[in-house]
Amino acid sequence: MKKLLLTAAVMALGTGAFAQDAIKIGTEGAYEPYNYIDQATGELVGFEIELGAELCSRAGLTCEFVQNEWDSIIPNLQSGNYDAIMAGMSITDERKQMIDFSDNYTPPSKSAYMAASADANIGEGAVISAQVSTIQAGYIAEQAGVTMLEFASPDETVAAVKNGEADAVFADKDYLTPIAGDSGGALVMLDADVALGGGIGIGLRKSDTALKEKFDTAIKSMKDDGSLNAMIEKYFGPDSDKF
Amino acid sequence: MFAYCTDPRALEGLQWLGCYLTTATHFSFYSSFATVLLLLLVTAPLALALGFAGASAARSHLLPVSWLGRGYIAAVRGVPDVVFFLFFVISLDQGLEWFRHLLVCEDLSQPVWNNGEFRVCPAAKVPLGTASPFVVQAYAFALAVTTFAIVFGAFAANVLYGAMNAVPRAQLETAEAYGMSHGQVFRRVLVPQMWIYALPGLSNLWLILIKATPLLFLLGIKDAVYWARELGSAKTSGNNLYPHGDWRLFYFLALLVFYLVSTRVSEIALARITRRLSRGQATRAGEEMRKGAAA
Repeated sequence: MKKLLLTAAVMALGTGAFAQDAIKIGTEGAYEPYNYIDQATGELVGFEIELGAELCSRAGLTCEFVQNEWDSIIPNLQSGNYDAIMAGMSITDERKQMIDFSDNYTPPSKSAYMAASADANIGEGAVISAQVSTIQAGYIAEQAGVTMLEFASPDETVAAVKNGEADAVFADKDYLTPIAGDSGGALVMLDADVALGGGIGIGLRKSDTALKEKFDTAIKSMKDDGSLNAMIEKYFGPDSDKF
Repeated sequence: MFAYCTDPRALEGLQWLGCYLTTATHFSFYSSFATVLLLLLVTAPLALALGFAGASAARSHLLPVSWLGRGYIAAVRGVPDVVFFLFFVISLDQGLEWFRHLLVCEDLSQPVWNNGEFRVCPAAKVPLGTASPFVVQAYAFALAVTTFAIVFGAFAANVLYGAMNAVPRAQLETAEAYGMSHGQVFRRVLVPQMWIYALPGLSNLWLILIKATPLLFLLGIKDAVYWARELGSAKTSGNNLYPHGDWRLFYFLALLVFYLVSTRVSEIALARITRRLSRGQATRAGEEMRKGAAA
């Protein structure tokens, strides 16, 4: 009897916690098409916003996106200002020392160079721009003879190429391709893709193992029924890498 | 906004611009100027009050009070603003939550700080996870005002401390000779006369405060500089109704105008206040006014 009561109490507590599982997801809001501000409405939109909403509804969570500067996005997760990060953040060993990641929701993504001309130098003596504390900045820092220019926002890394400050910008291919397409030939993608990291995942506090499990299950179910691939195709085009 | 704005891709020239400048994001940009002005209007009196308290404390005859005042001025003035804005705000926020954690949480067995993570129970969150966006914004704004007031209060305290010492000693001695108490001398003679000496320093602080408002974005508030950066950054045609190149130059020019107008208006107002405060004072400006009136 006692055991039964205890079980009932635990269940009541459990469902209580479940019902009020409202979580906040931090994002940058400046990285088309992953997460950005809709020009007309001012709302956060993009691949990760739609994906996050779908994952949360599958996991039975009430989610709300909050915007945070890229620079302080991990410290603010750790101090509890939000509970998860969906900001185009690749899974790397370096980041894993500080936070946990869910399973990846995009395949290991290709990083690419974009420059003002197809014969731009990206080897010895080149100046390459990248966003600060990204997987791409880490990669450029390891290249011998290459000078890196780091910027706080992705937009500034592109501006550095346009005004001649940098020879090329190194970033996620999905981010750069639409920009090159729009430039009318002023900016071109270089044929030198690099595969970096283990795909993009949801960043979580190490102690939040229950939340990680919920997200992993939801991501798995979206991978299984093909809806994740459909969403990737919707935002990144038919040629993008899928699961 | 306008009826013809439903398909901006088909528009050109002024019509396009009219639609572009009346999007929801642009209205957020415009209202962020009001946020900046509101911050200035709330922070300035608070900082002045803190400065006055700090300066009075530093002058106190009670040693502990004097140490408190001097300690506040020295500590806050010595710390770089950006460090203060990053470190102090996070520690104030965590301090509040830790305090509530001790009061309202039932399970206190888990450490609050662990492996670089800060964890309190959901009931101790400030603001609560269920709070409306307005409350979240108001809380962030209150944190910003507090931080600005403490930083600028320390500088104001130093200015006022100097101004209090600049009031001619003879004025105070005369008042004492009339039998006024310390408090009466302070209230009736010292404070009314010190403002004219404090004004140059305070007007400097005011102008610096105006220019320091872009630090707001560090505190999670979308101020005018954030919106100028966001709206001005290049927008690709695939995802945006109003694609454009890198227009940050134009947005920052608008900011330049805003800050120049604000500082210019302030200078005019401060010049008037200086004239008003000089009247009847034992300073050179006051003396010249007296002679001018007599002639």
